[in-house]
Amino acid sequence: MNSALSGSLRKFEYEKYASLIALVALFAIASILSPYFLQLQNVLNILRQVSYTGIIALGMTFVIISGGIDLSVGSVAAFVGAVCILTLNAILPIVGNEFLAVTLAILAGLAIASLCGALNGILITRGRIAPFIVTLGTMAIFRSLALFIGNAGEVRSNSNLFGNFGMNSVAMVPVPVFVMLILAALLAVTLNQTRYGRYLCAVGSNVRVATFSAINVDRIKFLAYTLTGFVVGVSAILLSSRFNAVSTSNMGMAFELDAIAAVIIGGTPMTGGRGTVWGTIIGAIILGIINNMLNMLGVSPYLQGTVKGLVIIGAVYIQRQRA
Amino acid sequence: MTDVLLKIDGISKEFSTVPVLKHIDLEVMRGEVLGIVGENGAGKSTLMKIVSGIYTPTAGRLVFEGQPVEIREPLDAMQVGISLIPQEFNLVNDLAVYENVFLGRELRLRSGLLDKKRMMERTRTLLEELEVDIKPDERIERLSTAQKQMVEISKAVAMDAKLLIMDEPTTVLTQYEIDILYRLMRRLKSQGVTIIYISHKLKEVKAICDRVMVLRDGEVICLEPTGALSEVEIAQRMVGRELSQVFPPKGEPGEERVLEVRNLTVPGVLEDINLDIKRGEILGLAGLVGAGRTEVAEAIMGVRPHTTGEILLNGKKLDIRSPQDAVESGINYLSEDRQGSGILTGFSVTNNITLVSLRRYCRHFFNLIKSSDEKAAAESHRDRFNIKTQSLDTRLEFLSGGNQQKVSLAKSIDPDPVVLLADEPTRGVDVSAKQEIYRFIKSLSDKGLSCLFISSEQEEIVGMCHRVIVMKEGRIMGSLSGDEINEAEIMFLATGVRESNGSPAPVN
Repeated sequence: MNSALSGSLRKFEYEKYASLIALVALFAIASILSPYFLQLQNVLNILRQVSYTGIIALGMTFVIISGGIDLSVGSVAAFVGAVCILTLNAILPIVGNEFLAVTLAILAGLAIASLCGALNGILITRGRIAPFIVTLGTMAIFRSLALFIGNAGEVRSNSNLFGNFGMNSVAMVPVPVFVMLILAALLAVTLNQTRYGRYLCAVGSNVRVATFSAINVDRIKFLAYTLTGFVVGVSAILLSSRFNAVSTSNMGMAFELDAIAAVIIGGTPMTGGRGTVWGTIIGAIILGIINNMLNMLGVSPYLQGTVKGLVIIGAVYIQRQRA
Repeated sequence: MTDVLLKIDGISKEFSTVPVLKHIDLEVMRGEVLGIVGENGAGKSTLMKIVSGIYTPTAGRLVFEGQPVEIREPLDAMQVGISLIPQEFNLVNDLAVYENVFLGRELRLRSGLLDKKRMMERTRTLLEELEVDIKPDERIERLSTAQKQMVEISKAVAMDAKLLIMDEPTTVLTQYEIDILYRLMRRLKSQGVTIIYISHKLKEVKAICDRVMVLRDGEVICLEPTGALSEVEIAQRMVGRELSQVFPPKGEPGEERVLEVRNLTVPGVLEDINLDIKRGEILGLAGLVGAGRTEVAEAIMGVRPHTTGEILLNGKKLDIRSPQDAVESGINYLSEDRQGSGILTGFSVTNNITLVSLRRYCRHFFNLIKSSDEKAAAESHRDRFNIKTQSLDTRLEFLSGGNQQKVSLAKSIDPDPVVLLADEPTRGVDVSAKQEIYRFIKSLSDKGLSCLFISSEQEEIVGMCHRVIVMKEGRIMGSLSGDEINEAEIMFLATGVRESNGSPAPVN
């Protein structure tokens, strides 16, 4: 009895660190396979590349813990990016001050993004429609709205300042990576040490128990989707700043898949009820390293999807073995 | 009428070493209607599940039409001609009525494809015989509960069974549908079909059965022609057991009414429920399965839609729309369905205990949880409730049922409620944990907690409660207090032998 208990505890610890162990192993393999891998510039590049979907995956972690899913994140990113730049171009001549205009446009983008998430949340909680269906619908809607306001083409910003901040670094660390780490730290505390985080896990574990435990289930779920909308906004603004433009047909394509993959590889079960924020970050970085490795080894880009797919399936398979 | 259709020969059944049936011998005669009665947990359903192949017996054998039969799964029972209408529905919601009736033995055309036309026709005839207005191609999920029951009955009849077992078939039926069912049963009987009829409702047993068998604690207490026993005699045989000394002495409740429930009604579920609980009082809520006791608690907690009526706490009217409202007012619920709505098996002991009361353990700043406070609270509950766990961080799935139940109880009293609705507080726990739980509830009531004590075990209702309300079919049948509280009185009210305590029936 005692040994069975401690055995299960050991299993639990292993589960907690499995994705970290995988990351370290991958890191070691990559640095052996390619001498360039460990160069600081390469590592920073990988981090920058994964930060955009990594930020989105943080919100996705919360949604998946609640027992849901959000397929609309890529479309919302394109829509918000376009709205943000169009707003910027519209108010730049009126406001005069470029810094103020950029700030206002960013705030508008974040507000719109949060509203998009809130819309998902309302439809899921008040409308009692399955999250998969709701976000499948809004995925189509926001992509189409993005194409419409951008005439299905590229939306360029008229401000150089906007194109700058996303390329800057804070103490060597690129801004998007910095933002991702700050958000991860905040959300990890929220998940593990606040009432909201505890309730989120309860809702994802068993809705009926949560309801009887005096938890406002609808509010918890609504906030998870709204939060996801907000972080999608953050990611969209950083990404459109990087190019100082938004391609309404391409931006955010397959982001939902990368984000979900990062969450799953990080060790959050698809069934919800528990999860890990730092695991998601590790999951995103694992995906980034695999891409980078395959590029450096000269593997055809067409085959990279196969490797990614195998990693996702492998990660879930290992999780199932543990459970 | 004299030959034996089914012989049950020394059948015993244990669930994880707990005996549920103790060496049952029974001969069922061809063409009779045999009633089986007994309290919840007496072993009626278990016995019938053995006969129909859902359970396999620990010991003993079955003889059907003179031949020993091995019934290892429901299909075996079907093949020898035994058909069970279960207490819980066994219908596929997404399929049509006729598809359910012929599920597993579909009629086919010569080509191998399904003969839908013939199945529909056959189903239509069956439903007409039952005098119910259901279209054969209607989907099950669109049917009412009573209609589902009728489909379940026609499904069993469609098999042309020699032995038909009905486990509480009338729980969800109205009198009109019950009358139709009786006519069908009489017709089947005249065609030589044998029926075993399990029911809590003694009036029904008297009306329809030739013989009645009383089961108690897994043993046959008596088997007599129905005419030889009165309803009261049957009820007494169902109960007849001494109270053992497991209950603490009853405390003295206060005078002031804490919880008042006025005209609580949920259409089709509860009708005009009135009750009040005084300070420090334990009010029992008794009744048979399906009487509506859990529904009373759920309606008070605000999870039943379309609830009307008034709930007052210390004379103040409450507007409860969700469990949140109820908990904030000081009313907490201990669920009968531990894993389904009570505890989170994936959460640690601590996190379960503080789930309802989490607000207390949070800082104002960002609602950060003060984990040391949380841990201290969990520790004090562990000591007080004697919860056996390796650590407070252990997930609840690794705890035994009794310890899970103690955690569930700790969880519902951690917010310091004024009123506790305890629904089957000792379900699925062993005797020593039961005793501990009785003592916790008693000590809480000594400190002023008002408790609604819902239980299917009459013994603990009698042992624990100051007053008892007995329900049947969503209504209050009567209330008992002081010396009136005994198992026989409760059974009279619960089975409808006596309508209220105003008109005493003769007791021998």
